[in-house]
Amino acid sequence: MTVTTDLVSYEDALATYDPVMGLEVHVELGTKTKMFCGCSTTLKQGANSQTCPTCLGLPGALPVVNEIGVESAIKIGLALHCEIAEWCRFARKNYFYPDMPKNFQTSQYDEPIAFNGYLDVQLEDGEVFRVEIERAHMEEDTGKSTHVGGATGRIHGASHSLLDYNRAGIPLIEIVTKPIEGAGERAPEVAKAYVAELRELIKALDVSEARMDKGQMRCDVNLSLRPKGQKEFGTRSETKNVNSLRSVERAARFEIQRHAAVLNSGGTIIQETRHFHEEDGSTTSGRIKDNAEDYRYFPEPDLVPVAPSREWVEELRAGLPELPRVRRNRLREEWGISEHDMQSILNADAIGPIVATVNAGADAASARKWWMGELARHANEQGVELGALPITPEHVARVAELVAKGDLNDKLARQVIEGVLKGEGTPDEVVEKRGLKVVSDEGALTAAVDEAIAGNAAIADKIRGGKVAAVGALVGAVMKATRGQADAARVKELILEKLGVSEG
Amino acid sequence: MPGITREEVAHLARLARLELKAEELDHFAGQLDDIIGAVARVSEVADQDVPPTSHPLPLTNVMRADEVRPSLTPEQALSGAPAQEQQRFKVPQILGED
Amino acid sequence: MTDIIKLTAAEIASKIASGELTAVEVTEAHLARIGAVDEKVNAFLYVDREGALAQARAVDEKRAKGEKLGPLAGVPVALKDIFTTEGIPTTVGSKILEGWIPPYDATVTKKLKAADVVILGKTNMDEFAMGSSTENSAYGPTGNPWDLTRIPGGSGGGSAAALAAYEAPLTLGTDTGGSIRQPAAVTGTVGVKPTYGGVSRYGMVAFSSSLDQGGPCARTVLDAALLHEAIAGHDELDSTSIDAPVPPVVEAARNGSVQGMRVGVVKQFRGEGYQAGVVQRFDESVELLKSLGAEIVELDCPTFDLALSAYYLIAPSECSSNLARFDAMRYGLRVGDDGTKSAEDVTALTREAGFGDEVKRRIILGTYALSSGYYDAYYGSAQKVRTLITREFEAAFEQVDVIVSPTTPTTAFPIGERADDPMAMYLADLCTIPTNLAGNSAMSLPCGLAPEDGLPVGLQIIAPAMKDDRLYKVGAAVEAAFVEKWGHPLLEEAPSL
Ligand SMILES: [Mg+2]
Ligand SMILES: [Zn+2]
Repeated sequence: MTVTTDLVSYEDALATYDPVMGLEVHVELGTKTKMFCGCSTTLKQGANSQTCPTCLGLPGALPVVNEIGVESAIKIGLALHCEIAEWCRFARKNYFYPDMPKNFQTSQYDEPIAFNGYLDVQLEDGEVFRVEIERAHMEEDTGKSTHVGGATGRIHGASHSLLDYNRAGIPLIEIVTKPIEGAGERAPEVAKAYVAELRELIKALDVSEARMDKGQMRCDVNLSLRPKGQKEFGTRSETKNVNSLRSVERAARFEIQRHAAVLNSGGTIIQETRHFHEEDGSTTSGRIKDNAEDYRYFPEPDLVPVAPSREWVEELRAGLPELPRVRRNRLREEWGISEHDMQSILNADAIGPIVATVNAGADAASARKWWMGELARHANEQGVELGALPITPEHVARVAELVAKGDLNDKLARQVIEGVLKGEGTPDEVVEKRGLKVVSDEGALTAAVDEAIAGNAAIADKIRGGKVAAVGALVGAVMKATRGQADAARVKELILEKLGVSEG
Repeated sequence: MPGITREEVAHLARLARLELKAEELDHFAGQLDDIIGAVARVSEVADQDVPPTSHPLPLTNVMRADEVRPSLTPEQALSGAPAQEQQRFKVPQILGED
Repeated sequence: MTDIIKLTAAEIASKIASGELTAVEVTEAHLARIGAVDEKVNAFLYVDREGALAQARAVDEKRAKGEKLGPLAGVPVALKDIFTTEGIPTTVGSKILEGWIPPYDATVTKKLKAADVVILGKTNMDEFAMGSSTENSAYGPTGNPWDLTRIPGGSGGGSAAALAAYEAPLTLGTDTGGSIRQPAAVTGTVGVKPTYGGVSRYGMVAFSSSLDQGGPCARTVLDAALLHEAIAGHDELDSTSIDAPVPPVVEAARNGSVQGMRVGVVKQFRGEGYQAGVVQRFDESVELLKSLGAEIVELDCPTFDLALSAYYLIAPSECSSNLARFDAMRYGLRVGDDGTKSAEDVTALTREAGFGDEVKRRIILGTYALSSGYYDAYYGSAQKVRTLITREFEAAFEQVDVIVSPTTPTTAFPIGERADDPMAMYLADLCTIPTNLAGNSAMSLPCGLAPEDGLPVGLQIIAPAMKDDRLYKVGAAVEAAFVEKWGHPLLEEAPSL
């Protein structure tokens, strides 16, 4: 995508302006059924296979609220330290769009179920920043359109579109922050950390998998600049559907630089939606928000008010899990690692897998080592989230166990993991099929050591003469001869023994 | 009381996705002006301190268990579609975005 | 033997149960009547000849096997074309849904099928139930069997006319502002708007969700009660459905009495705009109630004067949103899709072509009332009026058991007379609308002919929410007294078609 947008350097932008952000996050709940009908949400039977009169908006059909949708909203509200409404209603947000079967979205307007909360987020250096929450409300997702005939599959240039309403009506919780002020140059970092923390929270509450790569969590980044020292906010842009943590940070950063350029050149910011482009981290202009947009909200007459009893709310509060930041601090101490290491683990989305691996019997250090090393690399290469790799914590724990027992060395272990990821089976099956056991047969090893010494007489002499460091070359020769399947430490021991040298 | 103009009717028709003809705009503008003039009487109670009633029933908390019910088959879902392709509703090109 | 088509539903059911008649005979008689008169009346939009006969045969087989039959088994019923019927076209009187065959049944349709009634077909109506004359149907107006040049009321004119023309003994209607009661009044039949939430709205194409209520139409109070009982009750698919036992309407209809009851007469339901003959028949009805042992109580409900205004803000507001789904994307009409136009344009062209004037008027009115600058003044104030009207009803029902009024200020007016004068048309619902705003129950039944035009006049009875049985208790007593006075049911005075 070639976009010609003037940008000011980030440092220069921040020298003149103060960014104000608003983040709107939509979370698709993991309920079994949709928000207002009994259609399944698992979406695996092909297009338009999980629709009914209600979620297709057929004439005469009516909605009924999903109890777990409401419960999840309350849990999220409580975890965000919100007040929970004693009485609130759904409202209709009226606008026409083909992916929305009724041409209104059943949402909440001035009576959200949760409001006035906050979420503390920790930046990489350990600084804690409080993000105030305006509200969290319930609504429904839209269907999915595919644009046909355009060169790029985008709306532009398409001859027609195809609509699948399987996703229409899936429960969404929209979480809206109050304007985030005072983050200064750290605004993009705060944005990213907020979304990351929110995602951890949602996962901990077990109300959604919150997979951004699957669209289960989507973020809109609203951003404006004001000259330093000014109180009033500037005009904001709304960058829609920024769907990874990294993108959230990049989008905020890009908009800061773009706004600054526009303002510096004496221009004005137009209130508009913008699209984020993963390829180059830029945003481009979308729809201008003019006054013609009037959603004509009114209370949804097909639904009755939701009035969660205080008993129910307290019951849900009592059942909340340990909140992620608290848990992270506990784990950090248990694992004996630094804030920075913990932050990296969080960023890599590796806490869950590591904990599960430890629970499956591995020690924390090796669990961390595998997930943050080999597996993070694979996930990165394939552009998927860590949790999406086709390997289970149990597999990783087994690999760690084999290494601890000396059955595998690190090199072999990496090959086992690679095999598992390729679908060759469990670690034990991969070991079996690929023949990856460490050669521990002393006889075979001794023969290989003898051969190496014989073939490298000069080096052997050096070692005998006291240059113990040269042993690496012989170890290497033995490893090569055993195709990596020997335990390198044992090989070294044997060589030194044979040459009558001691390390100390 | 504020009247309703032809331009306003045109704007409302756009919001409501009605491609009104010119003569309809004139016709409706006159009629709607009359109707609004008459029904604007409700504002006589605007100052009264009474809660609004959006619904005649005093019910709250009507919810259903999160249990799957049978859906329509894709054939049923698409049975009324003006056009379809690949088991999807085929619609003209969508402008704009949201 | 009495002509089958003149029998009441109760009589038909008992003759089928006893074997005196078969369901097939009854169905064939009604299909024949429809064939004979409906070209003139235009009460039906769709007649399901094959389906009806199949259902009738099934009832006869059930009886032959000795299976237990429900109280309406084998009785023909026609449904206003606003209830979805799986496999049978449902148009809501609109071009935008021409030919649409729903893939699902309304809850009411399901209940009727379960009750083994015979569904004859679908009846004509004002488009999307918006109107008081059935002239707004995209499929031509329905004639009033008393005088085919006059309107049969609306929006449920087809259901009322089908009864008055003996095309069906029972029909189903919906009442948002009077669409069951006003047609009943002007056709000399009986119509009941149950308590809001008493009859499921699932599968009833929405006009104004907080006002719409399905209900029975019949020629007698007892027949209405039998149909009421068959369709009422809690439905988990409708969040606004009341989870409580159905009031004992049939029992009440069998035990009509007003002895010792307090009956309210509201000051606001008379005066300018009320036809002299209508007022005269109403006053006689009040005298009749007195003579039957009721105590009459004068009531003052000043906010009722604002009911029509509130209604014409609330109903259009809700309809502007409810009708947004008719966008040419998933079902129904699609106009202008020539491969060059956008979805947005096709939607606008289709809605322009598919909706009639009254529907467009109300959509625009509702869009206006909900728009950001006007919401508080219009929609907001209308909701306050609603609160006040509800309170006035509550206060009234502390003094009285039921309220009575004329159902409609005038008798049936000529087709075309008010067709392009929306304000004049809206006045037809002056007396029926307050009930919809408050959600309580009401009935219309015949109380004589207006002397000046010889056309039927309706008496409206209003009861508190979930006291629908009172309507039937009072209605049955009044009906019996009138039939005794006239020597026959009023409908027998209608000219034969
Ligand atoms: Mg939203
Ligand atoms: Zn559904």
